[in-house]
Amino acid sequence: MAVIQEVARTRGRGEERRKGDGRAAAIFLAPWFAGLILITAFPLVASLYLSFTDYSLLEAPSWIGIENYTRMFEDPRFFQALKVTFTYVLVSVPLQLAAALALAMVLDKGLRGLAFYRSVYYLPSLLGGSVAIAILWRQVFGADGLVNQVLGFFGVEGVGWVSHPDYALGTLMVLNVWTFGAPMIIFLAGLRQVPAMYYEAASIDGAGAWRRFRSITVPLLTPIIFFNLVLQLIGAFQSFTQAFIVSGGTGGPVDSTLFYTLYLYEKGFSSYEMGYASAMAWFLLLVVAGMTVVNFLASKFWVFYDD
Amino acid sequence: MTDAPARPESRPAAPRPSLSDVAASYPERRPPRRRTGAAVRRVLRHVALIAFGLVMLYPLLWMLASSFKPTELIFREPGLIPTEWDFGNYTDGWNALLHPFGHYLLNSALVVLGSVLGNLVSCAMAAYAFARLKFRGRNLWFAVMLMSIMLPIHVIIVPQYILFSSLSWINTFLPLIVPKLLATDAFFIFLMVQFFRGIPKELDEAARLDGCGHGRIFLRIMLPLSLPALATTAIFTFIWTWNDFFSQLIFLTKPDMYTVPIALRTFVDATSNSSWGPLFAMSIVSLIPVFLVFLFGQKYLVKGIATTGIK
Repeated sequence: MAVIQEVARTRGRGEERRKGDGRAAAIFLAPWFAGLILITAFPLVASLYLSFTDYSLLEAPSWIGIENYTRMFEDPRFFQALKVTFTYVLVSVPLQLAAALALAMVLDKGLRGLAFYRSVYYLPSLLGGSVAIAILWRQVFGADGLVNQVLGFFGVEGVGWVSHPDYALGTLMVLNVWTFGAPMIIFLAGLRQVPAMYYEAASIDGAGAWRRFRSITVPLLTPIIFFNLVLQLIGAFQSFTQAFIVSGGTGGPVDSTLFYTLYLYEKGFSSYEMGYASAMAWFLLLVVAGMTVVNFLASKFWVFYDD
Repeated sequence: MTDAPARPESRPAAPRPSLSDVAASYPERRPPRRRTGAAVRRVLRHVALIAFGLVMLYPLLWMLASSFKPTELIFREPGLIPTEWDFGNYTDGWNALLHPFGHYLLNSALVVLGSVLGNLVSCAMAAYAFARLKFRGRNLWFAVMLMSIMLPIHVIIVPQYILFSSLSWINTFLPLIVPKLLATDAFFIFLMVQFFRGIPKELDEAARLDGCGHGRIFLRIMLPLSLPALATTAIFTFIWTWNDFFSQLIFLTKPDMYTVPIALRTFVDATSNSSWGPLFAMSIVSLIPVFLVFLFGQKYLVKGIATTGIK
């Protein structure tokens, strides 16, 4: 009996080696491959081509060389969009991750009701990207909004936060920090993996809470911090909905919330300068790719793998 | 990047002997728990966590409360209990736009349904090939798939628009659903590959001995065993598609075809300060489906984020 099975198995394997799974793979991958070519690769190449043309959707694209790119670097609004986006990303992502880590640390103390707290803190992450929350933000930080009502209670008179060029971007950063729940859950999963033994040994050696955090938790968590950082940076760079709704689609007041994607949308789909929008799109791709590469290179110096 | 979330699992397996010796020789593994100081501290921690959670959720709760207030009170009343109830916000909001709000809910539901089905079928198929089949260039294509996860949609949206408009697909749901049928949400392929790899290979080998082809192994063995991964995919696709604004804004420009986010956007643009009540009411309505999915799908959500790092 066992012999028969063994023969059958080797025969099966032999067949497999001869034929491979090539045909089955072709069938299983067909939808994905079609999507990769038609929906991803072709548009990617097409947008590179369009970025060297003048194209308004009405007439055929006409080749203008690198004019879109030179124009981009003379466009003050383009630089404003870059400045706004970088400020937003570089301020709100570290704050968001710090909040996520802090809360994960507090929740990781084996306390009761963990699942409940986790849900409560996670909920904003799920809802934060929606138009409804952006609408809420517009009211909450408006001139007569909730924030100013509360401030008024303490006798402080606030300004219209979303309509003030100095503060509008800040309200969007607050919104991003508010959605710290998703990275928090990833941190929690990571903290679970830190052996309690390390902490106990350190305590015996007289290490205080801060020292334990700095010398055990942070080094062991660096792979997770890195992972969260890459994901959140890429995500924050592409933020669109909140700025669009809060500013009424303009990126105002005075372009203070003109996110890169917002400007791209405006160029491509309001003024139909699709060549220029494609050039901006490729620049965005280079920035995001560059940022990710820098991240990975820099990670060699601070991410610590314990094995 | 791909193995970052998996990496910590290997950690506890490799303790340093010197440390474990020290830990083992220490008589008390944990500090005694029942001291009053510790108990007080524990209660304080709960109080702080609850207070913080309340601050976090206050804007949401306040929006819910405000949706039952007459609009002028929204601008004067930071409290949660309305001093004056007004249920008219919901009927006003429901009928404020060209179509009753139910029309937009139905449109969103159709897009979500198509997207969920599309992602489930196409991503599971691709994942099966990457996890179980041997074919030339597998590693290369896998790397391509992983890179496509990071590609910002903004980079390809212009040619996509041109493509779909040349097919006369603008103002239909096809530009939103067809890409999902073609597994362009590669994140879920990755999620399912991870899951499939955890299923013992002996199972499909046994099935193959019994004469099953890949189609049957996929349908009868892999899919039934992968319900958690399928649930995670369905839930995240639901929430992302329901909240998605950018592509719906671009592909749907006719009021007949508006989905909920686009309808809300039109609403907010048309709103003067007098109709915040109805606007809030419809915002609440738009959040209810996501909230319900969150409530019933929490287990899968948490597991999905913890293993792959998706939002």
